[in-house]
Amino acid sequence: MNARAQILNTISANKPALADLPAISLQQVTNYDDVFAKFKATLESIGGQVLELDDINELQLLINEEKNAGHYVLTAINGVNDELNNAQDAITLEPVHKAFIKASIGVAENGAVWIKESQMINRLLPFICQHLVVVLEKEKIVSTMHHAYQQLDVFEEGFGVFIAGPSKTADIEQSLVIGAHGARSMTVYILN
Amino acid sequence: MKLQTHAAAASTFIADEPRTDWHDETLWFVRSKRDKAAHGIAEWEALREWASKIKEHTLSNLDNYLIEFEEKAKANGVTVHWAANGAEHNQIVFDIIRKNNIQKIVKSKSMLTEECGLNEYLHVKGIETVDTDLGERIVQFRNEMPSHIVLPAIHLKKEDVSETFHRHLGTEKGNNDPQYLTEAARQHLRSKFIEAGLAITGVNFAIAETGGFVVCTNEGNADMGAHAAPIHIACMGFEKIIPKAEHLAVFLRLLARSATGQPITTYSSHFSKPGAGQQMHIVIVDNGRSKQLGRTDFRNSLKCIRCAACFNTCPVYRRSGGHSYHTAVSGPIGSILNPNLDMKANADLPFASTLCGSCSNVCPVKIDIHQQLWKWRQVIVSEGYVSAGKKIGMKGMAFVLSKPALYRFSGKAVRSFMSLFPFLFRTKKLNPWYRQRQMPEAPKQSFTDWYKQNKKA
Repeated sequence: MNARAQILNTISANKPALADLPAISLQQVTNYDDVFAKFKATLESIGGQVLELDDINELQLLINEEKNAGHYVLTAINGVNDELNNAQDAITLEPVHKAFIKASIGVAENGAVWIKESQMINRLLPFICQHLVVVLEKEKIVSTMHHAYQQLDVFEEGFGVFIAGPSKTADIEQSLVIGAHGARSMTVYILN
Repeated sequence: MKLQTHAAAASTFIADEPRTDWHDETLWFVRSKRDKAAHGIAEWEALREWASKIKEHTLSNLDNYLIEFEEKAKANGVTVHWAANGAEHNQIVFDIIRKNNIQKIVKSKSMLTEECGLNEYLHVKGIETVDTDLGERIVQFRNEMPSHIVLPAIHLKKEDVSETFHRHLGTEKGNNDPQYLTEAARQHLRSKFIEAGLAITGVNFAIAETGGFVVCTNEGNADMGAHAAPIHIACMGFEKIIPKAEHLAVFLRLLARSATGQPITTYSSHFSKPGAGQQMHIVIVDNGRSKQLGRTDFRNSLKCIRCAACFNTCPVYRRSGGHSYHTAVSGPIGSILNPNLDMKANADLPFASTLCGSCSNVCPVKIDIHQQLWKWRQVIVSEGYVSAGKKIGMKGMAFVLSKPALYRFSGKAVRSFMSLFPFLFRTKKLNPWYRQRQMPEAPKQSFTDWYKQNKKA
């Protein structure tokens, strides 16, 4: 008997009687009055930065500024970019100083933003860049993860990720260090 | 090699008192952060109840969910493998490595691969695996096991890490700055990610209805590996299954808050299809889990989401260190999982507890951990896996306690004996109780005598 059949047969013989799946009621879940304020406070408490932007065009100025300073910047904001594609490997992307990516949803309770594959274009980009900049529309902030999953189809594309703040570790004596393997900083621009 | 029992290993650990105190306080600090995070969520108890019920439901329909998961994952272009035990798991991983002629491998934290002994197995075959979680890399350099499932190097001080990095990475001798040491590891591991031909990750949650899976890290090492390498192997114990994507909300809200007090891990990555030009494999592992599912008293241990809240709160874990448990998954949850795998080798573990119940109180999926520890003790005694000394002692105690007259007589005898020959009770060789404790003065009379006297007055 192969492993698959053996495992499934043993489970079938050993499992308990069918138990009900609980209904998760959003009535019982926290709703924040000011989701933006909560999102900002939470993300800043875990090392992220939250700034407001009135016009998406201001972003282009920021990108130009970085480029003029001689930094290697990649932007996936408009979905298409000649310099960025999904075939680029780690060697090509390792020198990226700053990456600009759009997010679909922000979660107030934990400061996380949801970025799907088509928004990052290359799966490695949000992780391998030294600094991550995310753009999020203000009305896309929800209270909790329940609300986020209700709105998202998280497996619609091959990959997607909730990111909450910069990469970090406390593996040495529980001392918090920002910038473990991923981005050393995370800035979220909230589009009003 | 005969492993030391928990008690023997713990006595070595506590010999260094300042370090024991530091270990104890550090883990209690993590537990306090967990409390703060949990108390910040009004519906915390509802979340625990939902999580517990979702897991109980899943266990009761596990075979069907696994079949559904496999079907969806295959449709997503993922290759699904099944392993009945650790040896089969290791063989499957090795076959993928050999078939693709891979030289360099990176691995993010996966307690399952620790449980299966994957690193040692591949090492014997001449294949080196680089652990990329900072804590795991530290213990890997030192040829040690992780001592905690979330904080693998929590038994070490920064001086130890500095010394290890000086030897292996050429960092400045005596520079103990965590920022400096972490930066050195970042540079070292970035080169490993870039050159890796294959990445191995664990799985936190696998979703039956979509065939997708979620991996959580703070460092970003799972993603750096999985997206940079042409091949990604995700290894999962079959109990990682949950029915639907919406259930992730419940578990992701609980996991990091219970583990470290963070509102969520930095990265919660949702994988379902291989990336452009990539291969993606999932290895579904049993290794004793289906047997545990058949043990009515212990099957709920399979609800575990590996947050380690029970470690951080446990007065015994905090003062004995993870290595004393001589297993990949230590702490209270390890003590109810490991006797299932090898009852004889792990017979000591359910006794490494005060049964205070704190583990059950903090468990985000409501596993009755302390009850199971107590039940395992009974199974282990009835199967004859306790030492002769303990067996005789317990039998003698039961005999005396069941006969009131004999009990009263023995009490009197011991009281006079203690006041006549106190040194006998203060000899560590003769009295194991005295080894880590003070002996109280022998009372002049028993409670019964005192009560009889004072009731009349």
